[in-house]
Amino acid sequence: MAEKEEVKLLGIWASPFNRRIEMALKLKGIPYDYVEEKLLDKSPLLLELNPIHKKVPVLVHNGKTILESLVILEYIDEAWPHNPILSQDPYERSKARFFAKLIDEQIFDAGFVSMARADEKEALVEKTRELIMHLEKELVGKDFFGGKSVGFLDFVAGSMIPFCLERGWEGMGLEVITEEKFPEFKRWVKNMEKIEIVKECIPPREKHIEHMNFMVQRVRSA
Amino acid sequence: MASQPILLDYWPSIFGMRARVALREKGVEFEYKVGDLTNKSPLLLQSNPIHKKIPVLIHNGKPVCESLNVVHYVDEAWPDKNPFFPSDPYGRAHARFWDDFVDKKFSEAQFKIWGKKGEEQEEGKKEFIEAVKILESELGDKPYFGGDSFGYVDSLITFYSWFQAYEKFGNFSIEAKSPKLIAWAKRCMEKESVSKSLSDSEKIVA
Repeated sequence: MAEKEEVKLLGIWASPFNRRIEMALKLKGIPYDYVEEKLLDKSPLLLELNPIHKKVPVLVHNGKTILESLVILEYIDEAWPHNPILSQDPYERSKARFFAKLIDEQIFDAGFVSMARADEKEALVEKTRELIMHLEKELVGKDFFGGKSVGFLDFVAGSMIPFCLERGWEGMGLEVITEEKFPEFKRWVKNMEKIEIVKECIPPREKHIEHMNFMVQRVRSA
Repeated sequence: MASQPILLDYWPSIFGMRARVALREKGVEFEYKVGDLTNKSPLLLQSNPIHKKIPVLIHNGKPVCESLNVVHYVDEAWPDKNPFFPSDPYGRAHARFWDDFVDKKFSEAQFKIWGKKGEEQEEGKKEFIEAVKILESELGDKPYFGGDSFGYVDSLITFYSWFQAYEKFGNFSIEAKSPKLIAWAKRCMEKESVSKSLSDSEKIVA
């Protein structure tokens, strides 16, 4: 008889770092309990499980705590190896990890700053576009970053760019990723939007745009 | 016949050292190309066009960039000898978390110590000592971060070559604050793969 798996995910509904975890769990058909945290009022449980960074997402699996979204994604792939999200090939894996970091660090930073800084907006938007161009090149001839099916990098890029940053830009009336300059990227987004598990894991659009505006105002007034 | 992998590096780079330790742990023969930060080689610019940084490992013509990626890659491409990770998913996630911690908190803090002055430097020192304390408590009484054998998180050791520089710039003693960590560092240095790969501390201070 299989041991009962206990999976709990602590998160914040608007966080792209969270949403990608949910996509992976759903792809693998793993049932989980979700605990919604508040950004400004962190629960004692969160502070106990992640005392160093005090951040979401936090995955608890049979009593063991796993932190950091990219670490969690790899953990999920190893703990539940069916429906793999990463290639077995070491080189392909290194490329996926490299781009994931580019997205979570440079693209995330440039993207948010481009919204928060009214003064250097054009330059920052241009910088973000340059970074996203690297992803555009990766998508040539592929349905998804993972090839024929969705995987690790699709979840990372999807949760961050079309289903987070782009909503923020939309809220500000900015069109950063155009059909003309990013045809592959646009095609990939359409592919992503057809995938059931992705659709289930995207924050509700209007609420999300409103939330992004709120976050930007908060950063500006800080 | 597969050709030797090539490592593009810069001698005092902590991140470059990680790649060197990883390759030596696996007993992989590699061609070592030391570059110059101010005059980046065409090979580097071609292999890492996005960041233009070392280390880059070129294996079978394909470039692997970012030091932690190189360490992961080396472990996966040469799986038979000295695995860097525990085999269970949780152990691996745990190790990856600590490496991420080292890369973010420790790395930022140490940069402030030698790269900045005044208030920022003081801040760096405080963050460094805090990070060292956290790492010490993670190490506990184990001989290595991974347990009984040298592993992934132990690649933190490459920062050790810079400890003398931190102490000089920051004007503080690391050993006084964290004897366990220093004891661990000395243990790692006894391994040939490590001592051969770490650049001379004296040269770094200079």
